[in-house]
Amino acid sequence: MIGIGRLGRLTLIGLPFAWLGLFFLVPLLIVLKISLAQSAIGIPPYTSLFFDDGSGLKIQVSLANFVLLVHDDLYLRAYLGALGNAALATALCLLFGYPIAHAIARAPKAWRHLLLFLVMLPFWTSFLIRVYAWIAILKPNGLLNQLLIATGLITAPLPLLYNAFSVELGLVYSYLPFMILPLYGSLSALDECLIEAAADLGARPVRAFLAVTLPLSLPGIAAGSLLVLIPAVGEFVIPDLLGGADTLMIGKVLWDEFFNNRDWPVASAVAVVLVAALAIPILFAQKFLEQERTA
Amino acid sequence: MTGRHGVTAWRAGALTLGFGFLYAPIVLLVVYSFNASRLVTVWAGFSTRWYGEFARNEGFRAAALTSLEVAVMAASLALVLGTSAGFSMARFSRFPGRPLFGFALMAPLVVPEVILGLSLLLLFVAGESLIGWPQSRGVMTITIAHATFGACFVSVLVRAQLAGFDRTLEEAALDLGARPWTVLMRITLPGISPALVAGWLLAFTLSLDDLVIASFVTGPSATTLPMAVFSSVRLGVSPEVNALASLFLAVVFVLVSLAFWLMARQERRRPDPSPVPQAPQAGEG
Repeated sequence: MIGIGRLGRLTLIGLPFAWLGLFFLVPLLIVLKISLAQSAIGIPPYTSLFFDDGSGLKIQVSLANFVLLVHDDLYLRAYLGALGNAALATALCLLFGYPIAHAIARAPKAWRHLLLFLVMLPFWTSFLIRVYAWIAILKPNGLLNQLLIATGLITAPLPLLYNAFSVELGLVYSYLPFMILPLYGSLSALDECLIEAAADLGARPVRAFLAVTLPLSLPGIAAGSLLVLIPAVGEFVIPDLLGGADTLMIGKVLWDEFFNNRDWPVASAVAVVLVAALAIPILFAQKFLEQERTA
Repeated sequence: MTGRHGVTAWRAGALTLGFGFLYAPIVLLVVYSFNASRLVTVWAGFSTRWYGEFARNEGFRAAALTSLEVAVMAASLALVLGTSAGFSMARFSRFPGRPLFGFALMAPLVVPEVILGLSLLLLFVAGESLIGWPQSRGVMTITIAHATFGACFVSVLVRAQLAGFDRTLEEAALDLGARPWTVLMRITLPGISPALVAGWLLAFTLSLDDLVIASFVTGPSATTLPMAVFSSVRLGVSPEVNALASLFLAVVFVLVSLAFWLMARQERRRPDPSPVPQAPQAGEG
């Protein structure tokens, strides 16, 4: 498309580039800037970094917000809580997602599109509503407890909602499709002959799986894990709706700092640390997504 | 063949359990939206009562209209931005800032929503105090936010479809004397139209769905449907929300199915993209 001309090329690249620069990259820098400001009463509710006191422009940078994050162990516990919950959810998604992805990849060809579509559909279907649907199931007098009591397995309702269990369940439920899709990508590209060759050479199915299938699906495992881990760490809706008083996740802390405490600089500092912690996984995820595109 | 590709009991079990897990909560939600009882988890016979209650709820109706307005505008903007972005990434292998551009297109797909929301809000606040824009937050700021991440999803679809696009058609048109812009408008864009339609529909449903980002960037004037649902869900499960959620699911199911059907149909029409070129196909075109 050389003939499209410099101007055309400039428009095609420039328009979305400028948009993303203005509405994605610049805002990240502003978060960094405001994390260095101090909370103030007013509109907007933070101090300016640059000010003129009559003797020239001065810059006032405050690290107080970051000091607070270190000193108040609420934040550290929230970061670790989020990371722990997200890591466990990633492991569980991998555990449950792998057999599903494997079964889809080996299903008759005519079925595969339909099965993949059925995996994708919940992903596009309102996150909020799917999380909400679990409340009626997990409540003390909810459907699951009713079922368990009716079958005689338990006599008193189990505490299934508003605790670590329900948060974990919500995370696994919401992010499972993110794990299945890249796994399917790797597993469907796998050459069946390799497994047959392993079998011909005397490997039992388990050994063939461990020696051939598993190593060859590592890219899918890595991509799926990142796609689950990164958004799950910053999750807000799930800990808010399904979590209890003891559920501490950083996405919810950020939300509360912002909406309840109205402390924008602290909320920004929380965001900066979160982005910094996720930067390396995000770059890896981009690499995997990029490879998938060109493959 | 059947031994290898057939659905063995083990695989069928994995699929049944997996899809049961994914769909059971959704199915139960829809079933119980037709429950006559006000107690959400006690079945008391079939009724469409809650659908009527929802339809009479002024707040939900207004929020639904706001959401539709935002979603239509955001999806359309996302389509324009995402198509040119996807086209640029697929066809221009070298330009200044390409890695940064690629990053900015991918990162919003994975960055936690609280961060996207907070950062955009801070931009809008800073813009208001520095240059007086945007004057107020509401429908427009939500639209901008949704268009931004919608564009990233559209660009993914457009890139994928362009990767399988037969460029000999473009070359033929150029050989026949068509100008590059004419080729783009009359050959390339129609050729990737399934990705464009699917991209618009997906950006639309993403916008319709979003709670977190909209909550950050909105002002007092605009409440979207997810925001209205969220504030009533926080008060507990109610049959009215069940009815609303079921309607919402129905709309999204139809739109997403349409998007996927369009993409799948295109894929079937396209010559087999297997790495080994097949002789009969060369003569077909």
